Amino acid sequence: MSYGTLYGMIRVTGLAKRFGATPALDSLDLHVPEGQVHGLLGPNGAGKTTLVRILTTLLRPGAGQARVAGFDVVRQAADVRRHIGLVGQHAAVDELLTGRQNLAMFARLSHLPPRAAAARADELLDQFGLADAGSKPAKDYSGGMRRRLDLAAGLILAPPVLFLDEPTTGLDPRARDQVWSAIRDLAGRGATILLTTQYLEEADRLADKISIIDGGRLAAAGTPAELKATIGGDRIEVVAASAADLPAVAALLGPYARIDADARRVSAPAPDRVAALTRAVRGLEEAAIAAEDIGVRRPTLDEVFLRLTERTA
Amino acid sequence: MRWAIADGWTITRRDLAHWANQPGQIVAGLLFPVMIVLMFGYLFGGGMTVPGGGDYREFLMPGMFALTMVFGLETTYAAVSADAARGVTDRFRSLPMASSAVVTGRAAADLLNSALALAVLVGCGLAVGWRAEAGPGRAALALGLVLLLRFALLWLGIWLGLVVGKPEALVAVQILVWPVGFLSSALVSPATMPGWLGAIAEWNPLSATAAAARELFGNPGWGGDSWAAQHAITLAVAWPLVIVAVFFPLSIRAFRRLGG
Repeated sequence: MSYGTLYGMIRVTGLAKRFGATPALDSLDLHVPEGQVHGLLGPNGAGKTTLVRILTTLLRPGAGQARVAGFDVVRQAADVRRHIGLVGQHAAVDELLTGRQNLAMFARLSHLPPRAAAARADELLDQFGLADAGSKPAKDYSGGMRRRLDLAAGLILAPPVLFLDEPTTGLDPRARDQVWSAIRDLAGRGATILLTTQYLEEADRLADKISIIDGGRLAAAGTPAELKATIGGDRIEVVAASAADLPAVAALLGPYARIDADARRVSAPAPDRVAALTRAVRGLEEAAIAAEDIGVRRPTLDEVFLRLTERTA
Repeated sequence: MRWAIADGWTITRRDLAHWANQPGQIVAGLLFPVMIVLMFGYLFGGGMTVPGGGDYREFLMPGMFALTMVFGLETTYAAVSADAARGVTDRFRSLPMASSAVVTGRAAADLLNSALALAVLVGCGLAVGWRAEAGPGRAALALGLVLLLRFALLWLGIWLGLVVGKPEALVAVQILVWPVGFLSSALVSPATMPGWLGAIAEWNPLSATAAAARELFGNPGWGGDSWAAQHAITLAVAWPLVIVAVFFPLSIRAFRRLGG
């Protein structure tokens, strides 16, 4: 059994960091087992980037311990760097170099011999659908292409641990989909990935497990389904055509119904989903109440996120 | 140590690739000082007199050599701050490379760039009638002093780039560079300036290098009987060493500081 399966590829205990008087991280614990895609969610300034910078040896922790691939990020920084790939918030590529030159340069700096570096560059260009653009300078790339080049640059040594800091921020939906499929592909090859994002949909789609951090502390952790379950299960929602009907609709949906008068919406728990929907439709028909919309929906991660981080909002 | 050199060379080669990818930019950069030579040599040159009555263009060229080194500060700042702002410096720092290479590679690339600019300018000088009158040995020494000034200003540029870190602040650096460049003996004699201004110009590190180069090339100087004017060569060695002594450690510290 490898170190990663036994102890986790990322292991953070009591990590703290402050900038002047402001604490960025406050005794944070995190554990990411080998092969997991771990989503790190949090509002701006929650400490996500600070954590990534510490784990990638760019920043020294104030207190606590962090190990990546079994190596201490302070005492064994050089070993950590040989086992990680970093894709930061900016597309950190040289705009004046071509895609191929960029990758070859980063490969040389990762100490691949010249010929191996060139071969690796070509391989990665292929893998990320950039083979045709390989001889164009990166400044002529679209946002999505630049991001993919950036991802490729983070993968030169096929690192077992990958850090992606808001990899799709500022991308249009098409480019975002391209990056998502690249990330899924990497996860499929067994990489351990720590992904920070402000987009809940992104975490929901890509992450096996999610940690929500706020104010430098862990606010919640679990699978996307577990987190959604913490704020309750499925709900039925009815939007009435007329505000006058709201009390009648509420009576129909049972004792736990909640009225949102502004939206003319009544919602209630619906653990039995379809049955609850059928009952409601039949009830509305019998009482001759006009509804604009009716449906059963799952809570979103947005709701979990807003609930957990509302005190800072 | 082996990796420090190999990685430094990789970073230097990156800049050489920039030149190859953007030949227009590099040519424009090389021609800019040539344009100033033509401007001062022929447009304003008629109104310039060299104290002691030498040829103005002979006086101008060593000044331009030194001034071009000062302009190089902008190149260094632009490159260092762009890397910092775009996250390229962070990517380098997350790689298993020798971290000193980020700085040494940059230094080597900028020195190469300046050496090339100097070669073009020497060619331009020869074309407009400038000559190294005192022989090749002293001329080489003069060019060495000119490059020494560039080497010193490198560390100022790297330090500024790391500390400010904003490519858009290049304008501010240019605003800083121009008065330093012109408030010197590079283009005109400080003797023609108001007393206090002339004194500042005389002690400007750029003036020391320009005056030392004039002396070593055997070109007409502006005379001057102050200590600074009489000991130009000493100052042309001392000033760069002082600048390096101050900004080399500051640059290294700023680079380490990136790690908080």
